[in-house]
Amino acid sequence: MAKRTFLVPGVDKRLLIKDSIKTMPDVTRRRFIAGGASLGALTLLTGCDVVDSSSAEEMLKQVSKFNDAVQAFIFNPDALAPTFAESAITKPFPFNAYYDLDDAPDVNGADWKLEVRGLVDNKKSWTLDELYKLPQVTQITRHICVEGWSAIGSWTGTPLRDFLKLVGADTRAKYVWFQCADKDGYNSPLDMRSALHPQTQMTFKYADEILPRAYGFPMKIRVPTKLGFKNPKYVVSMEVTNDYKGGYWEDQGYNSFSGS
Amino acid sequence: MASLTVTDEQVRANPAKVIQPAWVRVMHWVNALAMILMILSGWQIYNASPLFGFSFPREYTLGGWLGGGLLWHFAAMWLLMINGLAYLVTGFATGRFAKKLFPITPSGVLHDVRAALTFKLGHADLTVYNYVQRVLYAGIIVVGVLIVLSGLGMWKPVQLHWLVTLFGDYPTARYIHFFCMAAICAFLVVHVLLALLVPKSLRAMIIGR
Repeated sequence: MAKRTFLVPGVDKRLLIKDSIKTMPDVTRRRFIAGGASLGALTLLTGCDVVDSSSAEEMLKQVSKFNDAVQAFIFNPDALAPTFAESAITKPFPFNAYYDLDDAPDVNGADWKLEVRGLVDNKKSWTLDELYKLPQVTQITRHICVEGWSAIGSWTGTPLRDFLKLVGADTRAKYVWFQCADKDGYNSPLDMRSALHPQTQMTFKYADEILPRAYGFPMKIRVPTKLGFKNPKYVVSMEVTNDYKGGYWEDQGYNSFSGS
Repeated sequence: MASLTVTDEQVRANPAKVIQPAWVRVMHWVNALAMILMILSGWQIYNASPLFGFSFPREYTLGGWLGGGLLWHFAAMWLLMINGLAYLVTGFATGRFAKKLFPITPSGVLHDVRAALTFKLGHADLTVYNYVQRVLYAGIIVVGVLIVLSGLGMWKPVQLHWLVTLFGDYPTARYIHFFCMAAICAFLVVHVLLALLVPKSLRAMIIGR
């Protein structure tokens, strides 16, 4: 068998491998089906190559896509996430990420600009001061993590649908795709109907204080109709698009719609 | 002379012999598979954020990591829900529930529990469930309904917020979901043990008689 090399001139091979490994998900994730292949093979996969774990993985991906469609169908754009009294707020509200707080993006608010791209009339970038001048509302809602825990918090900011209207976004487009300052480049797509939900918010404050670094300074997108990982923090750009561009966790197997 | 084949007449002549009709057998085994998939993937999901001071051993979880566990859980849920719904509808429509699981009288239950604990509860006639069986089988159906409803509530806490409200709030629904799983596991242990102790009941669930 011919040996193929993927050498990049001037790049240390070992360092390249080391860096690549860092960007790869936990090796067990790639083999996440391995443990279940035999069980799934019992009946779910009759007719498929039962020894091939990739066929089980493919089947699960298809069901996940089906679940995206079911959730989009169930989604009621007028159904509001329950709101709570201030006394119900979880203290302290947990910091949660795939890195430690020390490794969280340390964004300089004075330099930061929100980039607006894609199917919008006005592609101007927004400074924090400009965004702070937009009308803001406060919501006290429950953040539900894909891991199962939940916490109630108070978020203040501008409804995303007001901002989309302001920049002349084509709201018939399928997604608003967010990119973030997190290491490894966090990103996440938000379906347009959820983006236009009245409670979906560009959040600038937590508990009436400027959004702290732990919760996504300078801006997070609060989507109480989605699981936590679909609430991106440290947002640097939003793109209105018809293309499904994938997301940090979505690409690793979390259900893409993940609606509440 | 013994023959391996049976004519339609012979089958029709002995209809009473069928203890578990085909629909019960099919749905039972589909449910068994769906339950096992749901439990093992559910343990994977539990491990991502344990409710109590323990985790499930990795070898007994499905999916390899949280994302894989979730994919299994939300795939097997369709199998569990569709099969379960079909079972409930058929069970009520055919009168099987009314005939097999009821009545459940306190005195009957007390009598049979006492008999069971002193190993005097017979299984001579498999077509009639004793009161311990009736309570357990009716009870596990209720638990099955609860675990699906609490699970649906956790899946859609905004769209189905009334369902979450029914259980109290989101964290409470999570605990109820967990305890229903624990009840099903406990049931499973007893159920499998007794099926092995009374092999003809297992045979009836496979070939019907």
